[in-house]
Amino acid sequence: MSLNNRYQALAASIAERFGEQLHQVPSICDELTYELDKADLVHVATALRDEPGFAFESLVDLCGVDYLQYGESEWQTRSATSSGFSRGVEREVIVPDADTVFDSQRFAAVYHLLSLSHNTRLRLRVYTGASNPPIIPSVVGVWPSANWYEREAFDLFGILFEGHPDLRRILTDYGFIGHPFRKDFPLSGNVEVRYDEEQGRVVYEPVQIEPRTLVPRTIRDDNRYSDEIRKFGDGS
Amino acid sequence: MAAEFQNFTLNFGPQHPAAHGVLRLILEMDGETIQKADPHIGLLHRATEKLAESKPFNQSIGYMDRLDYVSMMCNEHGYVLAIEKLLGTKVPVRAQYIRVMFDEITRILNHLMWLGAHGLDIGAMTMFLYCFREREDLMDCYEAVSGSRMHATYYRPGGVYRDLPDSMPHYQPSKWHNEKDVARMNAARSGTMLDFIQDFTDRFPARIDEYETLLTDNRIWKQRTVNIGVVSPERAKALGFTGPMLRGSGVEWDLRKKQPYAVYADLDFDIPVGVNGDCYDRYLVRVEELRQSNRIVRQCVEWLRKNPGPVMVDDHKLVPPTRAEMKGDMESLIHHFKLFTEGYSVPAGEAYAAVEHPKGEFGVFLISDGANKPYRLKVRAPGFAHLSAMNEMVEGHMLADVVAIIGTQDVVFGEIDR
Repeated sequence: MSLNNRYQALAASIAERFGEQLHQVPSICDELTYELDKADLVHVATALRDEPGFAFESLVDLCGVDYLQYGESEWQTRSATSSGFSRGVEREVIVPDADTVFDSQRFAAVYHLLSLSHNTRLRLRVYTGASNPPIIPSVVGVWPSANWYEREAFDLFGILFEGHPDLRRILTDYGFIGHPFRKDFPLSGNVEVRYDEEQGRVVYEPVQIEPRTLVPRTIRDDNRYSDEIRKFGDGS
Repeated sequence: MAAEFQNFTLNFGPQHPAAHGVLRLILEMDGETIQKADPHIGLLHRATEKLAESKPFNQSIGYMDRLDYVSMMCNEHGYVLAIEKLLGTKVPVRAQYIRVMFDEITRILNHLMWLGAHGLDIGAMTMFLYCFREREDLMDCYEAVSGSRMHATYYRPGGVYRDLPDSMPHYQPSKWHNEKDVARMNAARSGTMLDFIQDFTDRFPARIDEYETLLTDNRIWKQRTVNIGVVSPERAKALGFTGPMLRGSGVEWDLRKKQPYAVYADLDFDIPVGVNGDCYDRYLVRVEELRQSNRIVRQCVEWLRKNPGPVMVDDHKLVPPTRAEMKGDMESLIHHFKLFTEGYSVPAGEAYAAVEHPKGEFGVFLISDGANKPYRLKVRAPGFAHLSAMNEMVEGHMLADVVAIIGTQDVVFGEIDR
């Protein structure tokens, strides 16, 4: 069976087995992506691992995503003819309050599953919902490889994984404050360190680097990638 | 008194030479037996993924080299594949052969580095010198094709930066090497780069035999590796192992065969598989991979000799035009200007592209919102999953075996910490 047929068969059997629980997301490059409610995550994951028709023995990757600025560009080009381009990009610094209510589609965890017996891949996406801090059930009990991946997503995005045996920071420094991969965390960070001669130790100070953008983020409506043109291109 | 001090905690690394970079291990010991290992990572964390979000797509290719800094071009391959997948770009066949050839050269580079360092870690000093002798030739290939011995930035979305060079650099006489030495060292370098690589593939199998003579039946080597760090096939899958770590446990899984990318489907090679899942089997798997990679490189050389052609797509929305075109053509000038000030926009969507990296599955998960920069880039590093199983693999072993297990996992912190 070719890869495409295999994925069609898999999509059909997932639709049959899970019905409304898994909601398929269209993909532009023939990959299977499903979104599901976080309450269903653990038993869906267990079923995907254990049922011989799916047999996703391996969790290849798990990562957090922050959709805060999705689809926002820094440089508007539509109105440029009347107003002209700005020379650079002004960044606003957002300091989130502890009691901020997040958009329910802001944080997500993305799971990449691999079935070695069927040679298929599957992507699952679970949104954290509006809770602050964001919480998702842990899948360490289903795939032990999730352990460090969940620690990483917690460290970088501040997503809590309920039921994780040892949810500590993993990549950032000992005593680090904040979750650096959130979109409202500045690229240059908040603190810088240096060795202080007088005190004879390393000290932390507010960062002095001005955040700046060399190339603005620009979104173009590129019609070459629209579905109709792609289909036309394949047919000719 | 002695009994009271039986259990203690030992700090291993991050400056220990056997810690392969900046691994810090907190070991809970019962005498000399490990009860629990807690690896502390992140000392080399540079937030590559966050940096990539702030740059146009092409400017992050160089960061990929610095992830796993002993298998540079394979990292680039994963990244450019993800972009090409979203763009729907078809890469010229010659560029794909060049990529595969350099992927396999990179695999040889990586496994030689691994073999040398692993040997050095557990007492076979000569291996390090032998392996670096062959690495030097391959590093020269990197340099000849990209101008850089390590951080090549050679692959581009749409192909590779340029075609293979017609000549190899020559050694010059110096106070360490007289004319006669230099003539011997330059003997293989008189022709094109493909001649040089072909000569290397002729020489290399005998060199692998040399390594094997030193290690494969060596009693000390076997005492240090047989039955150390055994992982069952089921456990290896559950722990997310890939690459030689998975194949050493007897699972026949190689993305080059199972989910072929580039031109691997047209090439002839075998996948070595281990039996016991211990350090010795993983050693055998990697040594056999050296031989198989050599075979692949040889096939690529033969194909590349016969088939000249373009090495980049002919699409100036993605690839800059040549200088000569820009002199006479306004549109080329505009394309050049747009590409170097803004870059290209990638259609909104998400893609996961995985390559069979020397260490396992190197995956790049790319989310684009239609901008000229990635919205989110996630690098799936094989070493991260392997190192997370460290606790399980060392439990009950002696302190000296920790070094053998770090070695067999082939950890490189550039990719684990990212």
